[in-house]
Amino acid sequence: MLCDICGKRPATVHLTEIINGKVKEVHLCEECARKKSEQLQVQFNIADFLYDFVNASSLETEKQEKEICPNCGLSYLDFKKQGKFGCSRCYDVFKPKILPLLQKIHGSIQHRGKYPSIKEYRHLSLRQKIESLKEYLARAIKLEEYEEAARLRDQIRELEKKIQKDKGNV
Amino acid sequence: MFEELLQGVGEWLKGRGPDSDIVISTRIRIARNLDIFPFPNRISTSEADKLFRNLQEAAGKSKMLKQLKFFRMEDIEPLDREFLVERHLISQEHALRPKNKAVMLSEDEIISIMVNEEDHLRIQVIKSGFDFVTGYRLASKVEDEVARKVKFAFHSDIGFLTACPTNVGTGLRVSAMVHLPALIITKRINKILEFVSKLSFAARGFLGEGTQAIGNFFQISNQVTLGLGEEEIIDNLSSVIRQLRRQEIEARRYMMTKFRYSLEDRIWRALGTLKTARIISSQETLQHLSLLRLGMDLGIIKGLSKELLNNIYISIQPAHLQKLQERKLSHTERDIIRGDLLREKLGGISV
Repeated sequence: MLCDICGKRPATVHLTEIINGKVKEVHLCEECARKKSEQLQVQFNIADFLYDFVNASSLETEKQEKEICPNCGLSYLDFKKQGKFGCSRCYDVFKPKILPLLQKIHGSIQHRGKYPSIKEYRHLSLRQKIESLKEYLARAIKLEEYEEAARLRDQIRELEKKIQKDKGNV
Repeated sequence: MFEELLQGVGEWLKGRGPDSDIVISTRIRIARNLDIFPFPNRISTSEADKLFRNLQEAAGKSKMLKQLKFFRMEDIEPLDREFLVERHLISQEHALRPKNKAVMLSEDEIISIMVNEEDHLRIQVIKSGFDFVTGYRLASKVEDEVARKVKFAFHSDIGFLTACPTNVGTGLRVSAMVHLPALIITKRINKILEFVSKLSFAARGFLGEGTQAIGNFFQISNQVTLGLGEEEIIDNLSSVIRQLRRQEIEARRYMMTKFRYSLEDRIWRALGTLKTARIISSQETLQHLSLLRLGMDLGIIKGLSKELLNNIYISIQPAHLQKLQERKLSHTERDIIRGDLLREKLGGISV
């Protein structure tokens, strides 16, 4: 099979493109595939994709678009082109724009996963554990599994003690 | 380089672990960034060097991380980089653009950390079979070890910060490589994948992002990384994978009762092609191998072991083929040598 683009070299890279819900298979040689992947990077980015409906209701001035992160020099316009932020500070600088974007992508703007395993976050990490144990506790009571409920209650108490102890140390 | 790996098949093709007949392998990937450096798309070479030094220092102090070998991508030959892609240890992107990038690998090929891919760290754990639990425990432990020595970019509301907003929060992407030939033959696959994507899971091809579903393999992964805990993400994907496996088994049973002869015909023809072909591309090979795997699973082809099949899967891929031959090969040479290799390996299987 020859490459779909140059028609000269044998096709060794096989891609599936989905455009407007239509599935199309593309067969490329290595060289054309590399060119295409560079092209794709420019063409397709999630930010652009999502940007339109995030901002559908809020008219944005060009000036706002040109706002720049003082730490890495990335502008929101750059983000729109590349789909990637430049540094962790960007998240503070562009926060008003990022939150609706995250809501669209993930359906949430609240982290519920693990915290960095350092002292600073131990407290939050324990709180989170307690919250999820409380959920299990409620379920256990509903199902009348009282032995399990008692075990969970003790675990919650244990963790709350830990938090108190940590506070005492500060 | 990596000659010692060439004899084995790599973790993802070991064929061990639960339900590995259909769920070939599972992968956990955690994205993390260091607080002080710009993200990889804006990092300078001197900053990247500093980041490498920080990581190596951190690794040196950890018993667990000390086991990992550190390589700068630019020090690895293009062929060897492609070899690592075929073993699912790095992404295609990491191999194609090696500048300012590095990789840390465990000897058993279970842990790999891509440095300066889209994020500073992409911690990856691959396990053969359907095994998210052990995989996640290990990946999370690796992450904890790194966190002890460097400060990650973290926001208490939105979690871990990543270059692309699609990974924010847990930075966790879990995926399973599933082999679904019967769902494809019975044309049930599209409906099922539609359903999978409605639940906001993604289905991708053989080598991950942007690649085609070659050889009836699909990679199913979570899309949402924020607003859910790690366990929830894993539980949700696990139930999708369990469901896919059940559907595939059901489709196999259906074909065996309704279309046994035409199914057997397809399978034996696939073996016939592989045993006789003189010029064969890796794509065509993978298609036939898929049917061989199905034939083995259903007890139609006897005398074919999982080990032999998995060994063929890895050794027919372009970079592996060239490393086995110890020289660079043109496309045509590759296709001819692939045919030789298949005839040799499958010689003992009678039709």
